[in-house]
Amino acid sequence: MTAMIEAVDVHKRFGMVHVLKGIDLTVHSGEVMVIIGPSGSGKSTFLRCINHLEKIDAGTLSVDGELVGYRRRGDRIYELKDREVCRKRAEIGMVFQHFNLFPHMTVLDNIIEAPVRVRGQRRSEAAQNARRLLDRVGLGDKAESYPRQLSGGQQQRVAIARALAMEPKLMLFDEPTSALDPELVGDVLDVMQQLARDGMTMVVVTHEIGFAREVGNSLVFMDEGVVVEAGHPREVISNPKHDRTKAFLSKVL
Amino acid sequence: MTSLTKQQEPPSGQAPVKAVPVRHPGRWVAAAVLLVLVAMLAHAVVFARIKRGNSLQTRFGWHVVGQYFLSRQILDGLVVTIELTAIAMAIGIVGGVILAVMRLSPNPIVRWIAWVYIWFFRGTPLLVQLLFWFNLSYVFPKLSIGIPFGPAFLHLNANTLITAFVAAIIGLGLNEAAYMAEIVRAGMLSVDEGQIEAAQSLGMSRLLTMRRVVLPQAMRVIIPPTGNETISMLKNTSLASVITVTELLYSVQIIYAATYQTVPMLIVASIWYIIVTTVLTTGQYYVERYFGRGSSRQQPPTPLQQLRRMFSSHPNVPPREPLEAMLLSGNRDASR
Repeated sequence: MTAMIEAVDVHKRFGMVHVLKGIDLTVHSGEVMVIIGPSGSGKSTFLRCINHLEKIDAGTLSVDGELVGYRRRGDRIYELKDREVCRKRAEIGMVFQHFNLFPHMTVLDNIIEAPVRVRGQRRSEAAQNARRLLDRVGLGDKAESYPRQLSGGQQQRVAIARALAMEPKLMLFDEPTSALDPELVGDVLDVMQQLARDGMTMVVVTHEIGFAREVGNSLVFMDEGVVVEAGHPREVISNPKHDRTKAFLSKVL
Repeated sequence: MTSLTKQQEPPSGQAPVKAVPVRHPGRWVAAAVLLVLVAMLAHAVVFARIKRGNSLQTRFGWHVVGQYFLSRQILDGLVVTIELTAIAMAIGIVGGVILAVMRLSPNPIVRWIAWVYIWFFRGTPLLVQLLFWFNLSYVFPKLSIGIPFGPAFLHLNANTLITAFVAAIIGLGLNEAAYMAEIVRAGMLSVDEGQIEAAQSLGMSRLLTMRRVVLPQAMRVIIPPTGNETISMLKNTSLASVITVTELLYSVQIIYAATYQTVPMLIVASIWYIIVTTVLTTGQYYVERYFGRGSSRQQPPTPLQQLRRMFSSHPNVPPREPLEAMLLSGNRDASR
């Protein structure tokens, strides 16, 4: 298996706050990695570093064999131009806690915006693809609705479809179900599970331990900017080695 | 005797509470006093006549108002006023967007220049700016296009290029840009950070994000104050009369300089200003509606729809949707 994401000693500071204190991680192609941990542990920040929404301060982080936000030429590292950063980002799908759909566009327009404007796809072709994706997430009849006319769970599924429309090689989920009413969580998790079954490489920051156990290939527990414990989900959940992991799991289980 | 307060319909299927309503004598007194004052004012404005020369005339000279209201000169002036408003606002809006984007630029020099521009144009009176542009040929008799500090390819005579009309457009437009910049910037800052991140994560560039995601959403915040600015602009164009642009006020001044009918002519101008303002207000409503799409579950009715509903025969009026009824009663938040 090839490595999709490789993080070596990744550090990130916000001013005086040391958020990531040396993260070492490898995500293989086709793997579903679930990251759990208390809030403020740096898990969302790490996720945002992967598509360069945040710049890392030290260490190396690469996606699909290429550095994130930089290019290595000889033994020197060059910052990428905005245009190159955009092109790299387009290959990585991201789903946010608060969906972040564009409220002034219909569901269909939300999905075809990037394929048409960034990839230069024909509108009709993009729309056809978008309708197929909407069917896949179970919202085939909502193409003409505006995001605010949908429930949170429906919005999040549209957001997943929007990310998939760019045909990403990697999907990042930043607490995708944390803002949802409990009865809506299932629909979103079902879509994600389906996606995992189709072989998508996924990194999921979540509090859904059940999802981690059923769908994840690996589980990472982060606390205070470091990886405390990592391993197979069932293993880590049923038999945590570290005290901090035990304490966290006893609270969320 | 009917009450001044609206009677609440009793809930259907229940016996209404029989109680003597609270009396509000104060309301009746206040209403009566105000109505008398309104009647006095209306009488003075419309009907009362006074002796001028050999004839009895209305105080405001309504016959003169009627005589000039649709005259060629006035209508020509009105057209110039509307042209000035439209062109200056267009310059103001385009300039404002550019300045706002500059103020949010990562480049400090660009940010600083936008700041200085806004500081200067908001810091000096509009009338002074108009006079300055009108007298530009004193400072720059010749305008040239060429290499900075090098040879010039094209020479233009400032006196022929900068007519009074052009000076008014430049003055009003550049001044407006400074105010619009702050309005547009506030609008852009009102857009949720998550929207920008979502666009970025889809690979959209900074400019594309601005144009397709931020500005359309900022419009909801930008439109209402822009409507205000347009209405202010309509009236600020009257300042151009000082630099001899024959807009509405100057047209009126030309007439009363010859006829000495100052007050009736000012009434003529005022009525036209009010008419155009009313039209603009209605237009603003429809623009707001357009940019508000997707922002609430149901759009409020247009003025036209409201009017139709008002005049449709009473028993046939379909019951209002609860949300719409709430919006009409001004209780917007209840819909959320």
